[in-house]
Amino acid sequence: MAIGGIRVAAPASRPSLRAKVGELLDREQWLGSIFVSPALVLLLLLVAYPFCMALYFSVSNAFIGRPSHFIGVRNFINLWESDAFRQTFQNAFVFCGAAVGAKLVLGVSLALLLNQQLWFKRLIRGAVLLPWVIPTALSTLGWTWMFNSLYSVVNWTGLALGIMDPPGPNWLGQKYYAMAAVIIVNIWRGLPFFAITILAGLVAIPKELYEAAEADGAGPFSRFWYVTLPLLKGVLAIVVLFSTIFTFSEFNIVFVLTHGGPINSTHLFATLARQVGLETGRIGEGAAISLYLFPVLMLVVWAQLRFVRKQAY
Amino acid sequence: MTRRKITQRLAMHLLLVPFLVFALFPFYHMTLTSLKQNKELYDRTAVPLLIRQGPTLEHYTKLLWDTAFLTWTKNSLLVTVLSTFVSLVIGTVAAYALARLKFFGVASLGTGIFVTYLVPTSLLFLPLAQVVNWLGLGDSKWALVVTYPTFLVPFCTWLLMGYFRTVPKEVEECAMVDGATRIQALWRIVLPITVPGLVCAALFAFTLSWNEFIYALTFTSSSEQITASVGVTSELVRGDIYYWGSLMAGAVLSSVPIVVLYVFFLDYYVSGLTAGAIK
Repeated sequence: MAIGGIRVAAPASRPSLRAKVGELLDREQWLGSIFVSPALVLLLLLVAYPFCMALYFSVSNAFIGRPSHFIGVRNFINLWESDAFRQTFQNAFVFCGAAVGAKLVLGVSLALLLNQQLWFKRLIRGAVLLPWVIPTALSTLGWTWMFNSLYSVVNWTGLALGIMDPPGPNWLGQKYYAMAAVIIVNIWRGLPFFAITILAGLVAIPKELYEAAEADGAGPFSRFWYVTLPLLKGVLAIVVLFSTIFTFSEFNIVFVLTHGGPINSTHLFATLARQVGLETGRIGEGAAISLYLFPVLMLVVWAQLRFVRKQAY
Repeated sequence: MTRRKITQRLAMHLLLVPFLVFALFPFYHMTLTSLKQNKELYDRTAVPLLIRQGPTLEHYTKLLWDTAFLTWTKNSLLVTVLSTFVSLVIGTVAAYALARLKFFGVASLGTGIFVTYLVPTSLLFLPLAQVVNWLGLGDSKWALVVTYPTFLVPFCTWLLMGYFRTVPKEVEECAMVDGATRIQALWRIVLPITVPGLVCAALFAFTLSWNEFIYALTFTSSSEQITASVGVTSELVRGDIYYWGSLMAGAVLSSVPIVVLYVFFLDYYVSGLTAGAIK
């Protein structure tokens, strides 16, 4: 370290003022406040304030370009009486549960495979991570084409392998298939995060533990069950928590793939909020829908702060 | 013994094949589609996995010369570079203060940053659209330069706090004992050590803002202002007609900057991904 090379800039003019400012900046209280203030101002202005606006909108009859009035919880009551919202509520849980569950199981399997001695390790890792770095809206466009009702390559393959009956499912036009399609794309895009993070957790487990377990006569399955899983619990918890919040608030995939259809069967809170809030202009109701993401956010934050960060510090 | 090991290794690779096909096939199919002639693309008897009737660049030339694709890409670049730079600067100083300095409210601020880091963009886009209008930035790419830091700054701060913590305190204390001010110690001693962290934060911020979709879709709409992902997904679809060749060409071309970064900095992506989640 070239610490000796540091030269203290010699103050040229007005030494007293410069010295004073310099002295103030050396005090942690001052420097700390100055350093965090840009971030603080930005987040207060563009996160905290809009959040308060969302709270207000949700209890008002705000409509694009019209003055709004306080109407209490009527938006929430209206929502519960609308079929579209109830369908969305159900979709959100089905979508999130299925996608996170599948990503967890597949992610652990993929991470276990990646943790083996492999040829082309870097190349394989790069390939696995690729869906996660490509713009989701654009890769989902590719999936839309793959699920096209006439030219679906998925159906072509299924028919060629004899596992589908002609003409094969109309993926984006039928209720359950559309939901399946949305879930598949979400798994595709989220799996790399699971696999790579869990892999990092696996690498951190000391090899001696496996050797000891093997010496005690543990087979591969019991080594996984009694050594790997317990030590992986922390990482798995973090990954699932993170993924839950981002899967629950998914927007891009549904918007590009199905636009919420057919007949609201794939709408999630974010896409329905956009449709109600912007396309039909009922901002109040749209904000109320968005706010349904908030309890999930709180739950995840609480769990993170309570269990996860405790271990880290 | 060695033979058994080799068969075992082969088996592991075979088990990986389905995962790799799942991950990579969409990209293969997108690229293939973008290079196919329309008559083969819309031929239901053709094999969709290959190009049999000769490749063509017609979709690419159409995209580049008949649409505003180049403008969208320029917008994307401008928004991404500016918001990444701004967020990196704001995030670096905030992370240093939160990781190193003792001052009033440091703990609750750290928690606050962490909470905003988890706030999904789809929670706030409706009221933010109003704020953007009040700022006079409705339907302007500058709205994105202003709003992207709302998710980039918490991310950069959180990531860099972890990196700053790994620098031993003694290093800057030594410099300060030798007469350097704290800012000089940060600039000349701590930042050079944390360059890998800065690169990682910059890469992720670049990727996140290049890939951002919901804000871009909500805050901008005219063809001169939108970004590449919005342009490709909305302007290339006329009514109900999808021009699949050009759509796939657009998707492939707009992914190029990220793929280039990715190929060169793969290890940073891997480490940033795990650090972001674990720290």
